[in-house]
Amino acid sequence: MDSFGSILAEAFGLILALDPDLVEIVGLSLKVTLSAVAISCLIGLPLGAAVGAFRFPGRIVLTVLLNAMMGLPPVVVGLTVYLMLSASGPFGALALLYTPTAMIIAQTILVTPIAAALTRQVVEDLNREYAEQFASLGVGPLGRISALLRDARFSLLTVALAGFGRAVAEVGAVMIVGGNINHVTRVMTTTIALETSKGNLQLALALGVVLLILSLIINAAVMAVRGTAQRAAYV
Amino acid sequence: MIRRSFIGLTTAMFMGLGLATPASAEDRFIIVQSTTSTQNSGLFDHILPMFTEKSGIEVRVVAVGTGQAIKNASNGDGDVLFVHAKPSEEKFVAAGDGVARFDVMYNDFVIVAPESDPAGVAGITDVTAALTRIAEAQAPFASRGDDSGTNKAELRLWAQTDVEPAAASGGWYRETGSGMGATLNAAVGMGAYTMSDRATWISFANKGNFKIVVEGDPRLFNQYGIILVNPEKHPNVKADLGQQFVDWVISQDGQAAIASYRVDGQQLFFPNASN
Repeated sequence: MDSFGSILAEAFGLILALDPDLVEIVGLSLKVTLSAVAISCLIGLPLGAAVGAFRFPGRIVLTVLLNAMMGLPPVVVGLTVYLMLSASGPFGALALLYTPTAMIIAQTILVTPIAAALTRQVVEDLNREYAEQFASLGVGPLGRISALLRDARFSLLTVALAGFGRAVAEVGAVMIVGGNINHVTRVMTTTIALETSKGNLQLALALGVVLLILSLIINAAVMAVRGTAQRAAYV
Repeated sequence: MIRRSFIGLTTAMFMGLGLATPASAEDRFIIVQSTTSTQNSGLFDHILPMFTEKSGIEVRVVAVGTGQAIKNASNGDGDVLFVHAKPSEEKFVAAGDGVARFDVMYNDFVIVAPESDPAGVAGITDVTAALTRIAEAQAPFASRGDDSGTNKAELRLWAQTDVEPAAASGGWYRETGSGMGATLNAAVGMGAYTMSDRATWISFANKGNFKIVVEGDPRLFNQYGIILVNPEKHPNVKADLGQQFVDWVISQDGQAAIASYRVDGQQLFFPNASN
């Protein structure tokens, strides 16, 4: 087995060389993952906020359900989406199987429960502080949700990052619905799986390091945005 | 102000993404359901550009185990099936999922083992005798266990012995339930015997101290076939483009392309289409 030093060296070599194939794969990874996270936040944030802020019948059940769905197995989600999008499935006519769109759909299903469940907790805690004020000011339901989401925005960035972490590292679902087709649906994680199966363990690990660095950069960027915004907010 | 920057950030995120669509909007591509050995060995990287250059048709390969490839194709999720399990392929055609099956090429299976060869089978040319000896020695044997073409071939060989490997599953007989590469990685890690197609073995990069111990038995013959998925049963199949690919693969050009693929100077696949 190669030393960790040589793996790191290969990883940085890959990055510095800006190999067009690697750039394409990293680009598709980001496109798929960020699209899925964005759509998941669009659905999950308001959904989680509503569950966190309001009392209604079935709320506990819904909360438990959302929390449980954070643990959806990617392969099961991948298979389900495959069966839906398959030519012999109900949405076969859309011809979405083996496209990046199919991968975004699968990852959105994986990330939305995370966005919703974590948002629910954040908003519920905040709502406890705000409830009296809302009542005395007579704020309507939509006003409440938007005020809570706005004031919780920094915590919600972390929620989005948790979703990003899940999506960017995921291989089981995108492998099944994307098919790992070269230049079409090949992303970082499926490339790592492919290189592993070719026995190119050093290259696979180096690609893993590249993925890790990518994740670090995105997290650092979000933290920087958050820091700047927070300072501006309290000056 | 703050709200605006937050909204601005979100909007920027969305704008940067756009809506993901397939890389090429035009329809000049086909999907080929195939097996890991043809992809991992690099054969497709070698021959597909030749076909695409000649025909203008892009070939998108989904490389999975033969069992899964056949299942996907029988769902209509692919235009062409290119695998290596003749009985299953004939069943696929008989069920109306495929138009016709053509022989494309062959190679052979080999049994690889750690240098120490704990069951002492090196040099045995009768593959069932070798398997029997591995079982008697209770030496670890890694099976694909995934209903792939290689797995089916392996089980056919065990069926010709007196050994019931399933009974030892979890003991010396270890079913990895994964692809050839993953199984080879596992075998190298465990010091286990395993059966691989020769192409995957030659191009495999993590051989450790493993080497081929059994080869050459005619029962280790490994035939690949190609089938156009039946457009009458699966109307979404691009019959015209798919047929062009099938025709090319079994044509003189396609067969020559296959024969010209070499790794470390060794030919990995031997064309044997009948026309």
